[in-house]
Amino acid sequence: MEFLKIDDIHHTYFTKTSAVTALSDVSLDVAEGEFVSFLGPSGCGKTTLLSIIAGLIKPTEGLVELEGKKVGTKDNEIGYMLQQDYLFPWKTIEENILLGLKISGSLEKDKIQYAHDLLEKMGLQSVEPLYPKQLSGGMRQRVALVRTLATEPKLLMLDEPFSALDYQTKLNLENLVSNTLKSFGKTAILVTHDIGEAIAMSDRVYLFSPGPGHIHKMFHIPKELRDLTPFHTRNHEAYTDIFQSIWKELESIEPEDKY
Amino acid sequence: MSLKTNTELLHQQFIHSLNREKRWVRFYQFLIFIVIFAGWEIASRLQWIDPLIFSAPSKVWNLLIVKIQDGSLWLDLSFTLSETVLGFILGTLLGTLLAALLWWSPFLSKILDPYLVILNSMPKVALGPILIVALGPSFTSIVAMGAIISVIITTIVVYTSFREVDPNYIKVLQTFGGTRYQIFKEAILPSSFPVIISTLKVNVGLSWVGVIVGEFLVASKGLGYMIIYGFQVFNFTLVMLSLLIIAVLATIMYQVVELIEKKLIKNN
Repeated sequence: MEFLKIDDIHHTYFTKTSAVTALSDVSLDVAEGEFVSFLGPSGCGKTTLLSIIAGLIKPTEGLVELEGKKVGTKDNEIGYMLQQDYLFPWKTIEENILLGLKISGSLEKDKIQYAHDLLEKMGLQSVEPLYPKQLSGGMRQRVALVRTLATEPKLLMLDEPFSALDYQTKLNLENLVSNTLKSFGKTAILVTHDIGEAIAMSDRVYLFSPGPGHIHKMFHIPKELRDLTPFHTRNHEAYTDIFQSIWKELESIEPEDKY
Repeated sequence: MSLKTNTELLHQQFIHSLNREKRWVRFYQFLIFIVIFAGWEIASRLQWIDPLIFSAPSKVWNLLIVKIQDGSLWLDLSFTLSETVLGFILGTLLGTLLAALLWWSPFLSKILDPYLVILNSMPKVALGPILIVALGPSFTSIVAMGAIISVIITTIVVYTSFREVDPNYIKVLQTFGGTRYQIFKEAILPSSFPVIISTLKVNVGLSWVGVIVGEFLVASKGLGYMIIYGFQVFNFTLVMLSLLIIAVLATIMYQVVELIEKKLIKNN
């Protein structure tokens, strides 16, 4: 049995004046401990798919199963990281990282300790009493990662979590997130529109195309790249090849006369 | 001279200039105060203005002393102040509760929307006579005036701010399996505190309007009664005294709200 099974998802958004189909005929599987990326131009339903997997939206048709069970938000098995940190500005860093535990009513001593350990692992010492706006963008996104990991989700979903950061911070965070997830053996899905990031971080890349969103093609990242850190992947010679082939596919989806 | 001591020196100069500016601001504020009251006194004594209508600071002061000594001032003052504070708290609390209810049930908010618009555009003080007939010419109806004048606008403003909370904060809580109540408590309410505080500031003024009008209509004591009584017997010293006391009390209430603001909004 697959760890995560996404079976024939269709989703349509209804408004008074229109019915827009965001996703059609999406099926894929993710194995435990695997890192998968959803890549594609904007408007191809990537974020919708994440919301469906997280159980935030009910798909019009289709089924998502995590370890054979239908997903729902109640079980706390899925962690979700957004484009921006969305730390609560009126809460201290400590209150922020314990938010998930508080919501699920599991503020136990060892879990609190786990959250604090994670924070230290992310290279953030003695920031607990501070407020989010006293930290830099990269630090805040690390705190957001701690908040997501503190509830020990089985599946982690990253919705363009590095897109709001400057390039250097982004590279550093890619390494940190990749290493952290690998060391915990976490399964993760990353949504991105950055080809390099998708290659550097994942085991497999799904390329989505719009109108309505569906899987265009799937790429296996070569073994020699998978074992490297994201930073070193970008410098490997095999990186350029896979980059080129994904780039060509993307070009074929997006009409060139757009610019 | 080393660079470090130079920086310290410049910093001291900077602080010094800040303090100097602050002193000048205080000086001019005090000067305006003196000019107004001295001008008022002189104009009244020299009959530039009619002393019967505009009174004079010295007369107001003497009346204040008399009223403090015979204890009648304290009676009026505490009566009006308790009405205003009660009306203010009731109006704000009810308004916020109503806003929470509307947020809780979007269906209800759709139903009530036109009624809110009507109630908001209506001049609330016009309801005064009805309130007095319904609740009796008493403390209760005056408090009700103080509350009713602010409750609808509080509801509308606070509800709008509830709805404008960034949906991504709600998404964060939903991914943790948060219930609607938890979403309200952890995201909606705290992120609306700045708006609630600013409605508190507006409501201070509104409650005073409601209470003073209420007292015009029914009371046999209170600061509003002092004004209407002074007007009827043509004792404008009494009117002026009441006005000045109201100004002081309303300012104090405003300051208290600012204190609450500092306590509540820690991250600013």
